[in-house]
Amino acid sequence: MIRFLNLLFAPGFFQNTQVMNALLLGGVVAAISGVVGVFVVIRGQSFVGHAIADFGGAGAAIAVLMGINTLWGFLGFGVLSAAVVELMGDRAREHDLATGIVLSVALGVESLFLYLDTHFTGQAGAPMMILFGSIFLIKPSTVSIVVALTAATTVIIITIYRPLLLCSIDPDLARTRGVPVRIVSLLFIVLLSFVVAEGSFIIGALLSTALLIGPAAAAIRITHKLGLAMLYSAVLGTLAVWIGIVLAYDSFLWPPVRRGWPVSFFVCALILLFYLLTRLREKLPGSGIMMVRRVT
Amino acid sequence: MISPVKVKKGDAILSIENIRVQFNQRCVLNDVNVQVFPGEFIGLIGPNGAGKSTLFKVILGLLSPIQGSVRVLGRAAKSGDRLIGYVPQKLFLDPNIPLRARDLVALGLDGHRWGIPLPSKVRKKRVDEMLKAVDAYRFADSPVGQLSGGEQQRLLIAQALLTDPQLLLLDEPLSNLDIKSAYEVVNLVSRIGREKGIAVILVAHDMNPLLSVMDRVLYLAEGKAVMGRVEDVFRNDVLSGLYGYPVEVLHVNGRIMVVGGNNSGINGYPLECNCCKSEAAT
Ligand SMILES: Nc1ncnc2c1ncn2[C@@H]1O[C@H](COP(=O)(O)OP(=O)(O)O)[C@@H](O)[C@H]1O
Ligand SMILES: [Mg+2]
Repeated sequence: MIRFLNLLFAPGFFQNTQVMNALLLGGVVAAISGVVGVFVVIRGQSFVGHAIADFGGAGAAIAVLMGINTLWGFLGFGVLSAAVVELMGDRAREHDLATGIVLSVALGVESLFLYLDTHFTGQAGAPMMILFGSIFLIKPSTVSIVVALTAATTVIIITIYRPLLLCSIDPDLARTRGVPVRIVSLLFIVLLSFVVAEGSFIIGALLSTALLIGPAAAAIRITHKLGLAMLYSAVLGTLAVWIGIVLAYDSFLWPPVRRGWPVSFFVCALILLFYLLTRLREKLPGSGIMMVRRVT
Repeated sequence: MISPVKVKKGDAILSIENIRVQFNQRCVLNDVNVQVFPGEFIGLIGPNGAGKSTLFKVILGLLSPIQGSVRVLGRAAKSGDRLIGYVPQKLFLDPNIPLRARDLVALGLDGHRWGIPLPSKVRKKRVDEMLKAVDAYRFADSPVGQLSGGEQQRLLIAQALLTDPQLLLLDEPLSNLDIKSAYEVVNLVSRIGREKGIAVILVAHDMNPLLSVMDRVLYLAEGKAVMGRVEDVFRNDVLSGLYGYPVEVLHVNGRIMVVGGNNSGINGYPLECNCCKSEAAT
């Protein structure tokens, strides 16, 4: 048993504060992303989540230029772009072309500031950090920001749970029931930009969408109950991040370079694996019977 | 929340007087008058773009007319009024949405409230009763996204009934249904309406599935409305006056069809009914 654990967790794993911080923050962020992600999937807003991440990336690149915590950059630009998307209104948002243009503008701006980062701050690693995450470089101040953001997100999502569900199902129906649809949608997209900023910090602007919607997409194939789907989604996301951290730490001993593989790679691979497993479970001959039993 | 409202016999549940609704200078409803009494079943008929949904928005308090008054049980129309139950036309849901039939119906009870729903026996009992009332109990635990249009329609009706409405508004509930399901939904709504004394306004392209159940018809065209018994509204002179050009009301095998153009049935085209062709085939 001990030998197996030694094999699993490379020496020094539990003594390393960076690793412990990564486990703590990674778990918190994955869990809240999983919960919010289920609503993102229901509302069909995964593209919006991605656009927010790209604008956040530009913000983070600017933060590097200014010498401040990149999380502020992700957050500031993310919330700003979310508000703009929401105020554009329904028609513009549903427009495929508009979303495409917005996305490329975001990436263009991001590339400019990443370029400036590498040339003016001497931080050649900044682009990698912003695009693919920096979970092993967590400052103590970051911990408190993430905890505060997550607490706020949790409180708000619990508060707007039912009206948000009603808005997601049929906005007109929600309006007739006296739900302030604009306010609820705006609140939700702000929450969305909170968790996208956190996810971008952990596994990078390019991959935060995976953490947001991957576990949720898997979870809704395991259960039809909304609350349970959120729980499964949070658990799957957290597992992916934790196992990813363990493997990334272990990989310092792996070929080819013995300098470690990126966490983001493992996290995304695990999320994909979870999703495929849930799809496979549906295809299994026995599962059809299970479905029928559950339904009747 | 739910203030007890006494309905006196003879008092209108809905009273719309001389309303005028405009979108960017264009008049959609012009001098429309409607009175609906408790327990009545009204078919709201009219061609596409006649303003049927707009009229619903006005009744629901989501849109203010620039002129005239709308009163629901004597009170000015306002959104969030639980005296009105609203059934949207169709749900646009992902087949995998993690939402069971009973969860959708429960939203009628407390979907507008803040916070997460707490499990309670009373809540479950009310939802179960309503599921049974619309004959949806057998698929109560199925995912909503995988149910048929008719099954979803039942859930939407159950959801609307859970607010304990005096007036039920259904916007084209039949347009995505096959003919059998359409008749089932109409009979269901009319039965519940009569049992509970709820007035119903049901929007339809085709008035034929409603002929046996509706007390009166409200016909909208060209921004104007006529209201009355079926035989008083579906007349050449009445509808021609409404449209402002000659239209003809045809009676075929006990069905009614309104056609426009010149007065021969062959050159005429149906003005409000999409379903006649498929219906005639059965
Ligand atoms: N929000 C709006 N802004 C501008 N025009 C509208 C709006 N809503 C409806 N209309 C117009 O009002 C007319 C009536 O629409 P509607 O009530 O939806 O018709 P119906 O439900 O009878 O098919 C249509 O010509 C439509 O284009
Ligand atoms: Mg309409």
